Amino acid sequence: MKTLLTIICFLHIGFLFAQPRSFDVCSNCEISNLSRALELASKHDTIILKPGTYKEYNVIIDKPITIIGEGEAVIDGESKGEVLKVVSDSVHLEGFKIINVGTSYTSDYAAIRIAKTKHFKIYNVRLEKLFFGIYLENAEHGEVIGNTIIGDAVEEFNSGNGIQLWYCKNVKVIDNRVEQVRDGIYLEFSDNIEIENNISSHNVRYGLHFMFSNNDSYRGNTFENNGAGVAVMFSKHINMSGNTFKKNWGTASFGLLLKEINDAEIIGNTFQENTIGISIEGSNRIEYRNNEFISNGWALKVRGACYTNTFTDNNFLYNSFDISYNSKINDNIFEQNYWSNYSGYDLDKDGIGDVPYRPVKLFSYIVNRTPETIVLLRSLFMDIIDFSEKVSPVFTPDNLLDPKPRMKRLL
Amino acid sequence: MLKILKYSFYDLVRSRWSYVYLLFYLALGFTLLFLNNDLSKAVITLMNIIIVLVPLIGTIFGVMYYYNSREFTELLIAQPIKRSSIFLGQYLGVAGSLSLSLVLGLGIPFILYGLFKSAAIWDFVLLLYTGAFLTFIFTALSLNIAIYNENRIKGFGYAILMWLFFAVLYDGIFLLSLIIFEDYPLDTFSLTATLLNPIDLSRTLILLKLDISALLGYTGAVFKSFFGTYLGFGISLMMLVVWTLIPVSTYLRKARKKDF
Repeated sequence: MKTLLTIICFLHIGFLFAQPRSFDVCSNCEISNLSRALELASKHDTIILKPGTYKEYNVIIDKPITIIGEGEAVIDGESKGEVLKVVSDSVHLEGFKIINVGTSYTSDYAAIRIAKTKHFKIYNVRLEKLFFGIYLENAEHGEVIGNTIIGDAVEEFNSGNGIQLWYCKNVKVIDNRVEQVRDGIYLEFSDNIEIENNISSHNVRYGLHFMFSNNDSYRGNTFENNGAGVAVMFSKHINMSGNTFKKNWGTASFGLLLKEINDAEIIGNTFQENTIGISIEGSNRIEYRNNEFISNGWALKVRGACYTNTFTDNNFLYNSFDISYNSKINDNIFEQNYWSNYSGYDLDKDGIGDVPYRPVKLFSYIVNRTPETIVLLRSLFMDIIDFSEKVSPVFTPDNLLDPKPRMKRLL
Repeated sequence: MLKILKYSFYDLVRSRWSYVYLLFYLALGFTLLFLNNDLSKAVITLMNIIIVLVPLIGTIFGVMYYYNSREFTELLIAQPIKRSSIFLGQYLGVAGSLSLSLVLGLGIPFILYGLFKSAAIWDFVLLLYTGAFLTFIFTALSLNIAIYNENRIKGFGYAILMWLFFAVLYDGIFLLSLIIFEDYPLDTFSLTATLLNPIDLSRTLILLKLDISALLGYTGAVFKSFFGTYLGFGISLMMLVVWTLIPVSTYLRKARKKDF
């Protein structure tokens, strides 16, 4: 009796924890397409896509399943619509390639859409010729790691975003490469998102774009040659550290745009060769520390309504203008930065210059007023009137100064 | 012509002033690099010096040389030599020796501090290129002033005034007119005004290398095509040549007709 019971028990356990099955999909296998494999598979099974091209679109993944691509496994959407739509929790997608996502002006077709699910994983997927890349809506606790997204966007109105997060929570976006889409990575109403070590370049609009998203962080990313760099708007408690913003050139182009941002930290970033390093508007209580501003047109452009920000221990190196400021009231603190344009002395040898540095030049005020005057940059006449303004400030805020400029560059 | 060029060139190269000029640039280059090992920063500092100082030196040397060698010139004119060879030879001698001092004086310290391994090499070459052209342009302009004015004091005065005009006053007038007419589209005007002053022209050339990110901040199609492409670079380089040829030709024409 006891033995029988044990056997029955074991049988049941064996049934419950049935070995997850694995399905091979290839053009001359028993199962020749992904949709068929998904029909046959049950929960927690694995589907292996063998090398080859699978012409499929509007594939809905509604059970927890793992899909792994081997070699050159390509899913071709034939530009007809969405390719994969995940509506189940715990789906794992890895190692295949999706091309030809449909373009539509009424619905946002994506190569991979994750809708209202949790615990998803998207690893090492390659997306090409796409409209939207990875679209996460109402998704939580997921990981998007090591993917490559290469679009062919030219205009803003008919292109989509590389990785889009909409009402998401606790998602990790790590080591991805996004090129030539509208916004490389786009966040809207998404909280607690970690964005690390991604490379976002040559995008039509922004490399990274935040809207109404709080408590997020992005670290160690590189944003290069994008239409306008990175835009962070209407968000709170964002941590931005160790990123590189490079070569965002053009009219109204910038490395980083802050608009209505409160209580953020901007630490250890590098801003190099941008038309504007950081453009700041209506942002309060932000800490700027240990950043490097190298060879930008304007390192900082402060446009107004910015209060109680602190700028300490930053390096300002060879920028055409260090700061442009459009009001006469200053409530921000600049202290212990290194300014390559500083020409003071240090008699007591404590590493801190004895005369304060005034980072706002009269010329930057003139250029704000009459932009064509930019052609007079570095002319002797401008140097002379800048010098007279430095001695007795009339047009620039007289309390905007670094009282303790460093003599040596911070390393 | 070559003989006269050779003579005035050697005469100037061996003169005390050439050595002083060469030593000045050597000292400047070495001090800059000694205080700050960063080549690209040194190039920026040098640019500020070169676009002001080189025209000044060119102007003064040109006037000085003309007045000093006047008797010798008269002697040469009495010989069966073409006038244009005499004057062109002298001009090339002065401008050539000054440019040589500039190139050697700045080149030696920069090469010793590892110019060839640095990314700043093209910026530096551009700097020497504009420096040499400024020497040629301002020497020619000052020789013009000297040949039109028999009175030395007057000649010197006009020459210094010309330098002051191009180096400082021109930009002041330029800035004022930009601010006064700020309601009108000014991008074509401002670019043309830049091309009409050799110092501004050289400054723009170097800006195109160093401050391109700031220049592109202004919204304007003309600006964008000028600064954003090689068009601006090409036009500026060509204008420097034009700026050299015009004063040289007026100088030679006056020299041919002048009654000594």
